[in-house]
Amino acid sequence: MCRLSIPCASYSSDTKNINSSNIDHVAETDEYDKKRTHFGFQTVLEDEKVDKVYEVFKNVADKYDLMNDVMSAGIHRLWKDELIRHLAPHGGMKLLDMAGGTGDIAFRYLNYSNSTQSAGADYREVTVCDINEHMLKVGEQRAAQQGISRGINWLHANAECLPIEDNSYDAYTIAFGIRNCTHIEKVLSEAYRVLKPGGRFLCLEFSQVRNSLLRELYDQYSFQVIPVMGHVIAQDWHSYQYLVESIRKFPNQETFAQWILKAGFSEVTVTDMTLGAVALHSGFKLL
Amino acid sequence: MSKNVLIMHFGSTLRVYSLMRHARSTRLLYAAPASFSHRASHTSSTSSHQTPQQLYPGHILTSPFQKALLTGISAFAAIRDPARDDMICAMGEASGSCALASIKKRMLANPDGQRILQERPIISKETVDLQYLSQLEEHTLGKAYFNFLNLNGFDPDSRRPVQFVDDPELAYIMLRYRQMHDITHTILDMKPNMLGEVAVKWYEAIQTGLPMCIAAAIGGPFRLGPKHRRIWSTQLFPWSIKNGFNSNFMLNLYVENHWETPIEELRARLGITTAPCNNVNSLNTKL
Repeated sequence: MCRLSIPCASYSSDTKNINSSNIDHVAETDEYDKKRTHFGFQTVLEDEKVDKVYEVFKNVADKYDLMNDVMSAGIHRLWKDELIRHLAPHGGMKLLDMAGGTGDIAFRYLNYSNSTQSAGADYREVTVCDINEHMLKVGEQRAAQQGISRGINWLHANAECLPIEDNSYDAYTIAFGIRNCTHIEKVLSEAYRVLKPGGRFLCLEFSQVRNSLLRELYDQYSFQVIPVMGHVIAQDWHSYQYLVESIRKFPNQETFAQWILKAGFSEVTVTDMTLGAVALHSGFKLL
Repeated sequence: MSKNVLIMHFGSTLRVYSLMRHARSTRLLYAAPASFSHRASHTSSTSSHQTPQQLYPGHILTSPFQKALLTGISAFAAIRDPARDDMICAMGEASGSCALASIKKRMLANPDGQRILQERPIISKETVDLQYLSQLEEHTLGKAYFNFLNLNGFDPDSRRPVQFVDDPELAYIMLRYRQMHDITHTILDMKPNMLGEVAVKWYEAIQTGLPMCIAAAIGGPFRLGPKHRRIWSTQLFPWSIKNGFNSNFMLNLYVENHWETPIEELRARLGITTAPCNNVNSLNTKL
């Protein structure tokens, strides 16, 4: 187990200068020259957002996995299984799992076995990276409970500014984390930077339900039920109110695919799951 | 450069946004099929869902559906784990609007009740001088209250703030009821054990009509051991009911003006009788 900590130094030898001015996210300048952004349906200063999101995940960390099961009736496990199936991990692969806190993706990655491969020849490595050390701590506890010690590292860092060399990883995954980041375009450009040429970017995130009637039902469920469950199970109404609001502030499948293209990725694909409630975006860093 | 667009959905079709890049140019070659429309990052399909407004600090606005759901689930959680006082509070608040409105009417019909609603006294370590109470004579209400807190390690600040009542005045009444609970224990001379709590809850249920009190009163006796159950059914239950119906309305007692009042005199004035068998569950007796 190895840990590095923020602040990040400049590890990039060829920093990609992505012009984010045409990316359509909320960034107005107020009279004091500070940028504002959204925190759920609230408007906050950009500097404040990272702290507010940090507090949310610090508060929910202990009950995070239980709440995921309750809110999605266990379906989140199928979404994550599908992500790993798309990734199709193989021997020698190095994965960076961003916002991977409690370890769901990392454990699936390490345990994945293809029937054509023999278990012994299949050494893989994953670095679980998260800005919130409380989430990482839960992940470490779960890894210990499951007896996972080989091939997993824990990194406390900010996705917008990774203390990682260029061209280091074969794959980069981020599951249900990217919508909480303040500057998504920076996260995407960092993902591009740290991937090796030929490397794959995979993002699992809540998206837009295609059918408008079902979308309305899903919205009602989200806003009426989820904060109540958050209050009862995690003793935190506001964090779950934020989480359901933040889903609505995140772009839809096509718009997000555009953002991934703008970051430099190629062969960008989108796979809808559960009628579009969740989408898996994939892109490659070309050789 | 050519571009390929395929459509895939989960398990059946794939949507691919393909980019063919010139050397190091960042020009993107992609055209969205005409059927897709971009979801603007500011608006959402749930533009009717806004962050609800607060009526007082700590207030969480809830819909009738949420109140019903919260009532049911928090009741279940409280039964499962009676130490979850936050669930008892949530259940009381979510289900209490009718009872609180009728309590308000009873308070407005009484001069002391009116004064309480105007002045909104709070029972806390800041407003109640515990040092002063400890120095009062033994037979006074103030000293008896101090003994109750002291012997049981209670804190007048420990009552949770109100969250789910959608009216500031009714929210105050709920808080007043909560803060008066320990005073009620003192005046009824009931220990804060299960037997005493059941007795106080029956009294409060009859006095206030709050559904949470009624539910706790009905459910409580099932948790009593055989010895306490015998005492409850033969002695305390009839006494509790009689006092609930016959005594003055407890929430009209401006207790802050009565710290020096001899407690027996106060009981007589309120119409509260001594518990049978010489205060069988009194603070001062060993059971």
